Amino acid sequence: MRLDATGISSLRGRPGWWTSRLPRLAVAVAFVITPVAATTTAFSQANDDCLACHEDRTLTGTRKGKTIPVFVDAKRFAASVHGSLDCISCHADIEGKELPHDDTLQPVDCGTCHDTIKAQHARSLHGRAVARGDPLAPVCSSCHGAHDIVPVRAPGSPVAPLRIPFLCGKCHEEGSPVQKQRDIHQDHILENFSESIHGEGLLRKGLIVAPSCASCHTAHSILPHTDAESSIARRNIAGTCTKCHAEIEMVHRKVIKGALWEKELHVLPACVDCHQPHKIRKVFYDQGMADSDCMRCHDRPDIEASSDGRSLHVSAVDLAGSRHSKTSCSQCHSGVSPSRVRACETIAAKVDCASCHAEVGQRYQQSTHGQLLAENDPNGPSCKECHGTHGVLGRIDPRSATFAINVPTLCARCHREGRKAAARYAGSQHEIIEHYTESIHGKGLTKSGLTVTAMCTNCHTAHGVLPASDPASSVNPRNIPNTCGHCHHGIEEQFQKSVHATEVGVTKKELPVCSDCHSAHTIRRTDQTGFMLDIMTKCGRCHEAIARTYFDTYHGKVSQLGYTKTAKCYDCHGAHDILKVADPRSHLSHDNVVQTCQKCHEGATRRFAGYLSHATHHDPDKYPFLYWTFWGMTSLLIGTFCVGGLHTLLWIPRALQMRRARQRVEAPAAPGAGPGAGAPPPAAGPPAAGPTEAKGGDRGR
Amino acid sequence: MDADRRGAQFERFTRLNRGLHVVMIISFISLALTGLTLKFSYTPWARTLSHLLGGFESAGYIHRVGAVLMIGLFATHIADLWRRKHREYGSWRALIFGPDTMLFTRRDMSELIDSLKWFLGRGPRPQYGRWTYWEKFDYFAVFWGMMVIGSTGLMLWFPVFFTHVLPGWLINVASIIHSDEALLAVGFIFTVHFFNTHLRPEKFPMDLVVFTGRMPIEEFREDKPAEYEALVASGRLEEHLVEPYQPIVIRTVRIFASVALSLGFLIVLWIIYAMLFAYR
Repeated sequence: MRLDATGISSLRGRPGWWTSRLPRLAVAVAFVITPVAATTTAFSQANDDCLACHEDRTLTGTRKGKTIPVFVDAKRFAASVHGSLDCISCHADIEGKELPHDDTLQPVDCGTCHDTIKAQHARSLHGRAVARGDPLAPVCSSCHGAHDIVPVRAPGSPVAPLRIPFLCGKCHEEGSPVQKQRDIHQDHILENFSESIHGEGLLRKGLIVAPSCASCHTAHSILPHTDAESSIARRNIAGTCTKCHAEIEMVHRKVIKGALWEKELHVLPACVDCHQPHKIRKVFYDQGMADSDCMRCHDRPDIEASSDGRSLHVSAVDLAGSRHSKTSCSQCHSGVSPSRVRACETIAAKVDCASCHAEVGQRYQQSTHGQLLAENDPNGPSCKECHGTHGVLGRIDPRSATFAINVPTLCARCHREGRKAAARYAGSQHEIIEHYTESIHGKGLTKSGLTVTAMCTNCHTAHGVLPASDPASSVNPRNIPNTCGHCHHGIEEQFQKSVHATEVGVTKKELPVCSDCHSAHTIRRTDQTGFMLDIMTKCGRCHEAIARTYFDTYHGKVSQLGYTKTAKCYDCHGAHDILKVADPRSHLSHDNVVQTCQKCHEGATRRFAGYLSHATHHDPDKYPFLYWTFWGMTSLLIGTFCVGGLHTLLWIPRALQMRRARQRVEAPAAPGAGPGAGAPPPAAGPPAAGPTEAKGGDRGR
Repeated sequence: MDADRRGAQFERFTRLNRGLHVVMIISFISLALTGLTLKFSYTPWARTLSHLLGGFESAGYIHRVGAVLMIGLFATHIADLWRRKHREYGSWRALIFGPDTMLFTRRDMSELIDSLKWFLGRGPRPQYGRWTYWEKFDYFAVFWGMMVIGSTGLMLWFPVFFTHVLPGWLINVASIIHSDEALLAVGFIFTVHFFNTHLRPEKFPMDLVVFTGRMPIEEFREDKPAEYEALVASGRLEEHLVEPYQPIVIRTVRIFASVALSLGFLIVLWIIYAMLFAYR
């Protein structure tokens, strides 16, 4: 403990001044004290000797090169609890020194007398911070003052019960350096305390028996709740509260067996589980029920509801293995009256999971599922449809229906084709479950057993399920890139910079999102033939003209024959990072296009890149060369066919005549024999004459 | 007409020319089938056919093999001409401007006019010689077609090589020329050529002379009276007389020719379908 300039300043009644100068306390302060009194050996300094100088209000000393006042108010000192002590009792290092003494004095050690408290402080958070050299750490004088320490109960004491919240608040109020810079998990401590029942008693009603900070945290043994010795550690908190709330266990009898209170505290809720620290309100919490009271009846397998005969049996085994094994019955089945024989007869409302799971409950209420239930639609699934009841398991438990691999089966209960949800659905997605199971996500989940692969709730959310048409839906087109980007983040980043992103694209048409190319439930591997060949028609849905001309050129024709190793839209334009050709970052920009061609055509040059991959011979303005080549070739074709065809047509009648004439000649020559038998000798004349005559005859007719 | 008559026959085509024609048929039909799948890739037939041919990649391979075959036969024909210039003619002038020339001559012009007159019943059948004008036309149509389709085809086969010198858009032009010229060739061969040589009633259903190389003398005299008379007059007809083939050879040839003809007709039907009902 250092009694120094800090202490002096507080004597001057300027609270706050010293806290702001705490850092400087780390260094001893210089005092100029006139040595007067003699000791047993030489001479001892009497208080008067010290005050001879220090009663001077203008007296200053230096510390770390700074001038500081070193005035001591003799009257207040005399009135303090230490008034009967000699200065040198605390400032022991001056004893026997020549006066005036050196500027530099040792810090005052309060532990010389207060050794127990010193030890407590050293172990506490504050003491450890001091030992670390933390400039914000409080020492004795930070709370108690220096020369003017008065009894704790005295009205002027800074550590009087009524003033403690303010004292602690100097460092722990919102916005103070300690609250901002040190690792303290509670926020708005002072505000919450002042509004709590404790704060109200202390500060508004002036009840000095009402607890202040030190009542729970102790004055000197302040330890974090994680420290087993702390007064606010889970094991000790009941003991701390019962210092005042003696026999509070009687009030909680139905929830907590009295015997457990001391023996098995770890299985019980700590006071702060219900009554939050600093926020303790003056409310009467619902009186709880011991589970055993409920199970006396509900353990029976044959217990039924008198109204509709449904089983009211609760399996103790299910309950014990469930996520809620440590939640008491009455916490969910609220509204019990423990004073009655059948405590549950006053239960009026159904279990409301949102009383604990408030945030989830709110999301659920806004979802399609929640809205249906709110309309009392029998198709609306409540929490228990998916999560079950007493045997509820967390979604990381493989036995749980909400475990990733089980989710498609869970949703399929209603969403499989023909089931109640699918029946009322009017959109375009059908056989969702079957398609999903065959999709890359479905295969990843069911065949590869990857729990991280996307299943129903990853895209549709678990509790905020909304139709795609709803702008708030995770599968609304505007939100889809973000939804897919949860897993495919890198792709989303590329996509958001592409022409298809809403921030970039300039068009009145609807911009495509992931599902427009990849589909929703039938997502395939992009290196599979089906996907690769489909993509052209998908791009073509919006880029009609350009897709048509693509199919007029080699790449398009070849891909139409089912060949996938040819350039498809995304091979040249990019898949997710499509940019305008004019953009220098585009795969098709002047600087990049040759490289893009070289992906397939090794050694391609800039001239090669001049190939028109979307050329059509139907556009004379854009592609006159192709247009005229096409029409030139077509004219040649038509001309040749006209001439050749006409020639042939004219020929036919004469050719028929020749055939008939030959048959007339051959028929008598080889009657009853095959056409190969009995041929006339080569030198014979008649065959040649036959046709000629026939022709002549024909001509004559 | 049947060619398997007993007795000597006139040999119209050399063994080499017959072989080249068979190679030509095989390569031409392969090229046509595989090439048209690409040209008419938008018809369902093309997809089915491409699939039957083992997918596009294999169809492309067949197309290139066909191309190499055809370039090979073209080179062989030129080499043969060279050889015959040395052996039979002595000079290019004799080969090109001799009586058996493939070039169009004044005589072809008058034969064309006489033929038209004959068609219209205004004159007798002209006294055709070794090569009629329509045969010469077929020859040069194929000659021209090979030059045009072959050169553009090589550009499409090796675009990277050619664009070292030529601009990229010429590849687009080349593909139009290649495919339209091929369409012309296929259409012409499988209709006009088929009719002129095989389907015309006096030869129906096919003329096997190009496969066997030989024809009955009386048919020869009837078909090419001028050549026949010239050979008789010079007394060199005997030099061209050979024994007919065995019936088994004729049957085999007939089957091959029937297959080739049928394929040709199917291709024509497909082209008509594609042009009329699916063209774009």
